[in-house]
Amino acid sequence: MRQLHSEQVVQELRKLYRQYGYIQYKMSKFEPYDLYVRNKSFLVSEDILTFTDADGRLMALKPDVTLSIVKNAKEGQGLQKVYYSENVYRTSHMTKGFREIMQTGLECVGDIDLVATGEVLLLAAKSLERISSDYLLDVSHLGFAAGLLDSAGVEESCRGQLLKLMGAKNVSALGGLCRELGLDPEASEDLCQLTALYGPPVELLPLLDEMVRDERMAEALTELKAVCALIPEGRLRLDFSIVNDMDYYSGIIFRGYLPGLPSGVLSGGRYDNLLRQMGRGDGAIGFAVYLNLLERLEGTQAGYDADILLLYDDKTPAPAVLREAENCRRAGQSVRVERHRPEGLSFRMVRKVG
Amino acid sequence: MINIALPKGRLGEKVYQILEQAGYPCPAIREENRKLVFENPAAGVRYFWVKPSDVAIYVERAAADIGIAGKDILLEYQPEVYELADLGVGTCRMCVAGKKGVRDRRDQTLRVATKFPKIAKSYYSAQSRDIDIIKLHGSIELAPLLGLSDVIVDIVETGKTLLENDLEVKETIVPISARLIANRVSYKFKHPEITQLCRQVDEYCRQT
Repeated sequence: MRQLHSEQVVQELRKLYRQYGYIQYKMSKFEPYDLYVRNKSFLVSEDILTFTDADGRLMALKPDVTLSIVKNAKEGQGLQKVYYSENVYRTSHMTKGFREIMQTGLECVGDIDLVATGEVLLLAAKSLERISSDYLLDVSHLGFAAGLLDSAGVEESCRGQLLKLMGAKNVSALGGLCRELGLDPEASEDLCQLTALYGPPVELLPLLDEMVRDERMAEALTELKAVCALIPEGRLRLDFSIVNDMDYYSGIIFRGYLPGLPSGVLSGGRYDNLLRQMGRGDGAIGFAVYLNLLERLEGTQAGYDADILLLYDDKTPAPAVLREAENCRRAGQSVRVERHRPEGLSFRMVRKVG
Repeated sequence: MINIALPKGRLGEKVYQILEQAGYPCPAIREENRKLVFENPAAGVRYFWVKPSDVAIYVERAAADIGIAGKDILLEYQPEVYELADLGVGTCRMCVAGKKGVRDRRDQTLRVATKFPKIAKSYYSAQSRDIDIIKLHGSIELAPLLGLSDVIVDIVETGKTLLENDLEVKETIVPISARLIANRVSYKFKHPEITQLCRQVDEYCRQT
């Protein structure tokens, strides 16, 4: 497997997105706090780092790029296709405290059709492939899950609890809660089955056919099938335990995973509901790649700080030292030149000039 | 190879027995030595013992693909993992306990001593009650006896410790048992192995 540095990954991803005609979106480090506080639950972590600007306005170090892109995208001007590569500031569940996270991603805002959806998913798959060919892309459709919840007779207030159990693939507790809430037994069973499902679309799509109960689910399934047909199948999986906040997301949602990393590196989906909350009638789809996780992949390489340590003393003429070092570099090796062996660094080879 | 984090202690022994009977034995684990990691390539498993409250962390960060943790730990730390099965062992209750016969006074801020501040907080905030949490690391039962707290929120298995110290269960918050948890990424990349293990464990648990 080819290993890339996270900086190289960023370069590669930018090139990829430009090839598809996406335009870079640059933003400042901070924005007025207002934008974020109004859409707080859209954010991955709700904690926001704030400070007061010179004129007394409350500002925030950006926890997210999507909100700012959507705010600035004009409605009714065709599709806006942008990509970004920015640092965001969030607390993470694992570490507590704020962290700077390098994030690259893209958004497509406007009238989203199957072509646009397919393209974004394809780009998600290609982004992962650029990092490792062993990636997995999990896809789900919120319309399908929401349709099933509705047909089971779930009240709005209990939805969160059920979604949380679905997210944890906790089938036994989910079944228990369905019974406790007195939901339709058949729909409850389907809900449990849906939660436990994981596998390639070819195997799972036929199972989903049998669960369709209403127009909405049928539509969702048709869209899911159409989208799955557009992307190379080998690394694609269906997983209905991906549940994003339904107040913002709707339709297709997806996550990307790489072997050897503890959590997902790519997350995205269709978020028409966010636009509706901002008073717009069109749609949007996009994803983000969390590059800070990639350092972990690099841990396997580079056992040395440099290939060769070249030592010299007062007797060696300077041109000879530099010439020899240059020769080694031309042969593709990294060379450090020193009078004495530096402490704390390691080299594949140590030798004297000459 | 599946990496499995077992909780050190009595629960871990019981859980290992289940896994052993379900087709995932590792004889090396029974030997008396100071080794930390035990492998059985034939069964495709690698076991290691960790502090029970750390199991969730090992699994969440993918040092272990799966692990066995009490529901109390999962409720307290809310790790982002899959909860795949209830093993039905290590059963007990998360309870509010206090001195026998002492009246619950709602006109005062309730002082609660516990090892599980999150569980205590969410239980009382659901009742809109203002509480003062005192986080302790052990011998929780001592707190109400010495007047450090009004009540405790803790795990009750048999209730013997409470009884001997003149304490009683006031309310039950939630039943607890051991759960099989899996890292979300490992679950995807080792899907056949992990689901197979879950099925075999589930079958074994159902038989007994």
